[in-house]
Amino acid sequence: MIPLPFLVVFPALVAALLLLVANETWRRLAVWAGAAIIGAASLSLLFITPQSGPLFYPVGYEALTEVMFAVEMAIAVFLIYLGIKHRKYLAIFLILFQAALLVSFETGRASVVHGVVPNLFIDQLSLIMGLIIGIIGSLICIYSLGYMSTYHEQHPTVPDRRRSFFFLVFVFLSAMFGLVFSDYLPWVFFFWEITTLCSFLLIGYSKTDESVNNAFLALNMNILGGIAFAGALIYIMAVSPGGEMLQLHSLIQSSHAIALVPAVLIGFAGITKSALMPFSGWLVGAMVAPTPVSALLHSSTMVKAGVYVIVRFAPVLTGTMEGLIIGLVGGVTFLLASAMAISQSNAKKVLAYSTIANLGLIVACAGVGTYKLVWAAILLIIFHAIAKSLLFLCVGTVEHRIGSRDIEDMTGLIVRMPRISVMMFIGIAGMFLAPFGMLISKWVAIEAFIEAQFGLAFVAILAFGGSLTVLFWSKWMGKIVSVCPVAEKVENGIPTEKWIVLSILTALTVLICLAFPVISAHLIEPFVLSVYGQTTRLSQDNLTIMAMMHFLLMIMPFSMLLYRNDKRIVPAYMGGRPTTPDLTFSGSMGMKQHVSLCNYYFEEVFGEQKLFMVGSALCLGLILLVGTLTAGVAL
Amino acid sequence: MHMGNALLFILLAPIVGGLVAGIDRKITARMQGRVGPPLLQPFYDVGKLFEKEQILVTPSQNFYITSYLVFIVVSGGLFFAGGDILLVIFAFTLAHIFLVLGAYSSYSPYSFIGAERELIQIIAYEPMIILSAVGMYMVTRSFYVADIMAAEFPLIYYLPGIFIGFLMVLTIKLRKSPFDLSTSHHAHQEIVKGVTTEFSGPMFGLVELAHWYENVFLLGFIYLFFAWNPLIAIGALAIVYFAEIVIDNTFSRVTWQLTLKSSWIIAGFMGLANLGILYYLSAVVPL
Repeated sequence: MIPLPFLVVFPALVAALLLLVANETWRRLAVWAGAAIIGAASLSLLFITPQSGPLFYPVGYEALTEVMFAVEMAIAVFLIYLGIKHRKYLAIFLILFQAALLVSFETGRASVVHGVVPNLFIDQLSLIMGLIIGIIGSLICIYSLGYMSTYHEQHPTVPDRRRSFFFLVFVFLSAMFGLVFSDYLPWVFFFWEITTLCSFLLIGYSKTDESVNNAFLALNMNILGGIAFAGALIYIMAVSPGGEMLQLHSLIQSSHAIALVPAVLIGFAGITKSALMPFSGWLVGAMVAPTPVSALLHSSTMVKAGVYVIVRFAPVLTGTMEGLIIGLVGGVTFLLASAMAISQSNAKKVLAYSTIANLGLIVACAGVGTYKLVWAAILLIIFHAIAKSLLFLCVGTVEHRIGSRDIEDMTGLIVRMPRISVMMFIGIAGMFLAPFGMLISKWVAIEAFIEAQFGLAFVAILAFGGSLTVLFWSKWMGKIVSVCPVAEKVENGIPTEKWIVLSILTALTVLICLAFPVISAHLIEPFVLSVYGQTTRLSQDNLTIMAMMHFLLMIMPFSMLLYRNDKRIVPAYMGGRPTTPDLTFSGSMGMKQHVSLCNYYFEEVFGEQKLFMVGSALCLGLILLVGTLTAGVAL
Repeated sequence: MHMGNALLFILLAPIVGGLVAGIDRKITARMQGRVGPPLLQPFYDVGKLFEKEQILVTPSQNFYITSYLVFIVVSGGLFFAGGDILLVIFAFTLAHIFLVLGAYSSYSPYSFIGAERELIQIIAYEPMIILSAVGMYMVTRSFYVADIMAAEFPLIYYLPGIFIGFLMVLTIKLRKSPFDLSTSHHAHQEIVKGVTTEFSGPMFGLVELAHWYENVFLLGFIYLFFAWNPLIAIGALAIVYFAEIVIDNTFSRVTWQLTLKSSWIIAGFMGLANLGILYYLSAVVPL
């Protein structure tokens, strides 16, 4: 059995090694070996699947908490230095405020003698998170190798800081493992701060003005969440001076009177980290970073840390007004972010809004927090991580070949890059079509919301928001599959490691839909059962029908064979005018006219600015409301 | 699950759908002061389509159209077998996405615009259909069509708002004016035949066949509202369909903006108000 500390420490060691290695060959070797070992180690966690309840692993080093505090202070100093350098005074103020809170917490904590032994733990939810981080995270690391060398060829002005890039990526993985396996809240906070730092530095990788600004935007918003988190720690110390409640599991199992305020504060931190409105700006801005960073932030790390903590606190939030309002923040975000995605033609922006929407949905499920909804939320986390990482990496690959990430430039991609297109197609299908993953979760969420208190509002949000997602995904699919007869094939020159990663992720997207009943039975259901005492699943006949639909979808492409003798190909109908295959026709007065086709974006209906204003106002109002309610409880 | 019913649907729906289309054309003709074609004309038309030479813009069209037909049949079959109505709706959406992709794949201006409009129509009607399913669940406590069918009271009493909302989107689904944006039964469309412009011969025959299947499925959905009494239900179907023909002949085509707005507003007001009242009632007096 691989001990949990290994998963936390090993990526950090690989990171340190990568910081020292400047040679490309050695770096390649270290990343491959590191990623393979992390992947294998996270898979080996499956052998220690706990049957019910968490398994604890006490960590004997008492001084570790003090070391972490020292590191946090060092990070604060470092960030303040960067803030002064780039003249970001708001960031400096926020960092100072957070540091002051931390110092006050730490003095309080150190002054009381207590026998609390910080634990690492594993239960099914941590295990699922661990698998996502370990498998998808390490696949993205491998992909980055090929991507970053092309990136620096294509962006000669960006200084080559690949050493720190890979260092940060592996530290990120280490921090994520720490976050999901820590039971001691000050440790969770420490790893939380590390992920904030890593994302800040990775977003600012290219050091252009835009990337620096967006990096600081992300930093400000995440520090705001960090402040709330630190506030939660101080509150816990105030109500339980012995410090027992600093352990996640004791806190969740304690009474509402103690746990609700920290749950809301940490929930707020989760909202900032998972980029719900009004904090969605940082995740959209984060796409200035190299694409593997986006893939990492959107799928296996960062935003998933945000929803992870909210899912953790779902049993505390369920049935409370506070939980309902946090759920509504998620619901409003889901609806509006889905609408905003319609007006975007930049593929990475569409993906960003879709991520924000899905995180909103996860938070809506976890905030309302009945057992069925938590089941759906965990399923969403899994499906989203796989399909979204696949899509980002596909877009990254396409961008390097055709020099654009605009969906309009992807016309006829099926002719130009057939294999990548099929992968992208599967990824998109995985995001919204039956019988693929995300749709299953939406379906279960609809069924579960009906029974929840005030669930009707969420059902309406899902009905309307769900159809909006259909629109923006299908028009993207349509662009890909348009067969323009004169396109040139440009699929050569993609490094093997990219192919390997993309193929694995594509296979996972499909397989997870077939295998999810097993995952549900062995991981999600036991977790929900251990927390709520009851659990749910999809009925057997629905599973059978969906398996049949999968089978049909897999054999449908063979229907092409039936028609292989049909050879009579004609150009598209152009009102009877003589037309060439590239859609040039002879117009009036003998002029040659060229046709180009462009998707609808409905700017005036689904415009980004307008909807962002509406969403931010609504969500900010809701957050203030929950803040007022919580302050009422706390005082 | 009643697999026999699914089988009956697969075998009989084309006949029923074709007859309905024939009656539709006959009544429409009479309304316009014409004699109209024979009742069986739709069958002759589709039969002739299958005898024609297959002309393609791109071979991949075949794949999308076949998938469209297959998944329409799957969703209808699942519906008549008494399956989970949400799954039926999702399979139904999947089928239409295939139709849209088929239109996109040809890279033709007319079918491209048709595809975009078809997508708008999908997002216009989908929320209302999901809300209808939710309404049926709230009344019968089950998502299974079999259980909803078995309800011993008229669903329409509890779901009048939902029913009106559903009629609204039914006009879209039957491709009737004023909502025949993406393709039309009539040959006066400004974008030629919209989504189906580039489909011809046997492939177009499959599209027609799928449309018949689809219509029978939709009539089945309306039947659910009246399922407690089959006679009244069939009467209601006749009235509803006749009303659709009247609407088709009296309204002119509207823009996509109005289509989307009106169907969302109706879904929002009629559907949600209906659900809200049910929700409130079920909290006060359990049904």
